Amino acid sequence: MIPVLLICIPLFTGIIAFFLPNAKTAKSWALLASIATLAVSLLSIGLQKSSSQLMFDASWLPLLGSRFTVSLDGMGTMITLLTAISFPVIFAGTYQNSYQKPGAFYGLMLLSQAGLMGVFCAADLLLFYFFWELALIPVYFLCSIWGGEKRIAVTFKFFIYTFAGSLLMLLGILYVYMQSPSHSFAAANVTNIIWAEGSQNGVFWLFFIAFAIKMPIFPFHTWQPDTYEQAPTAVTMVLSAVMVKMGIFSVIRWLLPMFPDASAHFSHLVILLCVIGMVYASLIAIKQDDVKRLIAYSSIAHIGLMGAAMFTANASAIQGVMFQMFAHGINVIGLWIVADVIEKQTGTRKFSELGGLAQTSPSLAILLVIMALANIALPLTNAFIGEFLMFSGLFTYNVWLATAALVSIILAAVYTLWMVQKVLYGENKDVATLTVKLPVGTRLMLIVLVVVIFAFGVFPQPMINLTTGMVSSITAQIK
Amino acid sequence: MLSSTFINNKAAFKYIASIGLALLFVFNIAESYGFEIFTINTRQLLHFTKFGLLFNSICILATLLFTMLSGRDIEAVGSYVAEYFALIFFVLCGVGIVTSYTSLLMLFIGIEIISIPVYILTGSDKRNLKGNEAALKYFLMGAFSTGILLMGIALLYGTNGNFNIIRVSRDIQPLSYLEALGLVMLFVALSFKVSAAPFHFWTPDVYDGAPTVFTSFMATIVKVAGFAAFIRLFESRYGNMGGQTDRLIGLVIVLTLAFGNLTAVFQQSVKRMLAYSSIAQAGFMLFAVFALNDVAKEGLILYAASYSLATIGIFAVLVKMKDYSFEGFNGFAQSQPLLAGVLVVCLLSLAGIPLTGGFFAKYYMLSAAIKVGNVGLLVVLAVIFAAVSVYYYFRLIQAMYFKEGTVNFPAVSTSFKILMVMAAAAIIILGVFPYTLLQYLYF
Repeated sequence: MIPVLLICIPLFTGIIAFFLPNAKTAKSWALLASIATLAVSLLSIGLQKSSSQLMFDASWLPLLGSRFTVSLDGMGTMITLLTAISFPVIFAGTYQNSYQKPGAFYGLMLLSQAGLMGVFCAADLLLFYFFWELALIPVYFLCSIWGGEKRIAVTFKFFIYTFAGSLLMLLGILYVYMQSPSHSFAAANVTNIIWAEGSQNGVFWLFFIAFAIKMPIFPFHTWQPDTYEQAPTAVTMVLSAVMVKMGIFSVIRWLLPMFPDASAHFSHLVILLCVIGMVYASLIAIKQDDVKRLIAYSSIAHIGLMGAAMFTANASAIQGVMFQMFAHGINVIGLWIVADVIEKQTGTRKFSELGGLAQTSPSLAILLVIMALANIALPLTNAFIGEFLMFSGLFTYNVWLATAALVSIILAAVYTLWMVQKVLYGENKDVATLTVKLPVGTRLMLIVLVVVIFAFGVFPQPMINLTTGMVSSITAQIK
Repeated sequence: MLSSTFINNKAAFKYIASIGLALLFVFNIAESYGFEIFTINTRQLLHFTKFGLLFNSICILATLLFTMLSGRDIEAVGSYVAEYFALIFFVLCGVGIVTSYTSLLMLFIGIEIISIPVYILTGSDKRNLKGNEAALKYFLMGAFSTGILLMGIALLYGTNGNFNIIRVSRDIQPLSYLEALGLVMLFVALSFKVSAAPFHFWTPDVYDGAPTVFTSFMATIVKVAGFAAFIRLFESRYGNMGGQTDRLIGLVIVLTLAFGNLTAVFQQSVKRMLAYSSIAQAGFMLFAVFALNDVAKEGLILYAASYSLATIGIFAVLVKMKDYSFEGFNGFAQSQPLLAGVLVVCLLSLAGIPLTGGFFAKYYMLSAAIKVGNVGLLVVLAVIFAAVSVYYYFRLIQAMYFKEGTVNFPAVSTSFKILMVMAAAAIIILGVFPYTLLQYLYF
């Protein structure tokens, strides 16, 4: 029942939000709805022992072999928790923003949450594909209506790029269906297919290209910086905190179990692509002048590390990926909230025009520095745990690739501290005009995020316990 | 219709037409359940199957929707209003023949009965120069293709000794040269009718020159009927050819998808874009002819239904616009939010986004093709072109929602809006529960 609630609460509250008359009602409605979803998600953690509540199965398309099956296992609980936490934080953190047609804006945000929940809960391959596409439509409208100057063309590119990948995945799904002896899309069935030698390879690529476009992994990343920059920052938070996790989650949930041989066969190539992407994105991030673009490229680097770690078939690496999915989501939302508040109150995102904010806005400075250190994965922050686990796994896989990946961590320190220095401590003649007062909601959310960062940084065990069962089953399947 | 001699009120005709269509639909349903209301001795030349009757129902319902939505626009075309409706009914008669023929002669008669009224409808706006050109072009090229059709039928008669196409055995039929040639000619002629490349060159000019309301009819019902004829030909005697025709049909599919999608991208007029898009959609429907298995047949029914609903919906709005270009739709969502929402559903269905009937239609087509096996390149190209098609469908969505502009849209009655919403709802129902339609194939 719980997964159904997780999907239906945002879905119905989102539809109702379209009809709300003014901004205040719409904002409060959205916030309440997302808190309700969060409550249900927290309940699911408590119910880990009794699995009957965590599954729902209904007949949908019997003749096509697809059922409406949604379930939450350890990893699913973790990622739906991330989604459930993200949305109230986003709504509260951007509470003071005003949008034209607020009812439509908040309605579409809630609908995108419903789609994302569906992707994470689906236990049936065709249902998964349905939600994968459905999560995209609200985001398309959100970016195209409320985005920046070049939003229409950029969002169009994003949509067509992702859609092309999804269509390739549809082909892959059809191939898998043809191969499955019991002609069903259920997760248990598609992961138990006996494949002929070498026949997994083509289908593997069909799925992997779709996920690689979503994550994104070099060389399919060209849509990301522009889209993150042009989207309204609240939507960027959704995109980078949750939607990219769709790609990573799907690899662990569907790709690795369905195609273990092909994954092992191509792992070297995939990890190489990821590592190239990490270093490349980090180098470009150093040259950035715009806060949003810098965070976007930094995101590519972080995701690249997760992508590489997934294919190492190493228990600690995969545990690291699962942990880091949550950690990166939290950290990046914090960064985006800071970026959003800076942009809204100073009117600019460029480093060359910012500077000296530490003098006028000390609380912002403290919070930004903490977020930045979390981005670099300093020990004591949650990102450190995740990255340490991933690197230990990557190191056992291949020393050279791990070293190349480590270079990107150094570069991350370079560009993040560079940004912090330029934004907070640089020289600025107009320093008096650049005051950023943190509104109550934003301040509260940032503090909450900081607490979560440090809490999981020193005490990660609960999160690890949640996902450890999944990790061992995945590694067993790949071996 | 003879009623035109008695009734002077132009508006009455569309009501008479709607009643007539409703009656037809009822009779069709009754037939499919075995209650024969009228019996004519068809001397074994026509054989009504569930599949054929379901196709009939889809065409009749689509025409009913079309008449109810665009009745007023049909009246606006010219002075012979009753004749236009009569011609539409004649086309439906041809549809009935073409979905249930067992003799190649009946195929020829059915195709002609469909085509000739459509030639007349194309040129019905006599003062429009483009319309005259379109009608003449269609007529001449159509007559030529019918000639090829007859030649093919003659060759098949020469090999078999009769016009029958009833399947005699389930074995793979090795085709003799004469038979293969005849079949290819039939394929060419029918491809012309459904505007598959490289026989599609008449489509953009004809669809563009015809009065928009009749373009709506041509792009949906006539095309669907053509596919019914196609499938019926290839599911009978020539249904099991063991892949001898695969390469030919595969090539035609790729060409059709390529021509249709790539040229649609560059169109500036929504009407022409829809004409090219109908070519691309025909390309996808050809997968049914390529695969010829159960999945393909189900898929063709679903594709016919969702494609007709979506296209009739879009044309119903287009026909009332003064400016057919993309810029003419700028800001449409501001002035007509409900209609814009319906158009979005229709466009998403044509693009093949999940939750709409168009998605399952494409899904079935791809599924049917993959079931045949060894089609890797073909289906990958098909999905790449499907992604390309998203571009021009979404251009319209973008113009409606994201661009500013004022649209001079005439006031429409509430019943129009209700019908459009019902059409959109039907598309979404087909997208979530496709079996609401497909179950009629089996019950």
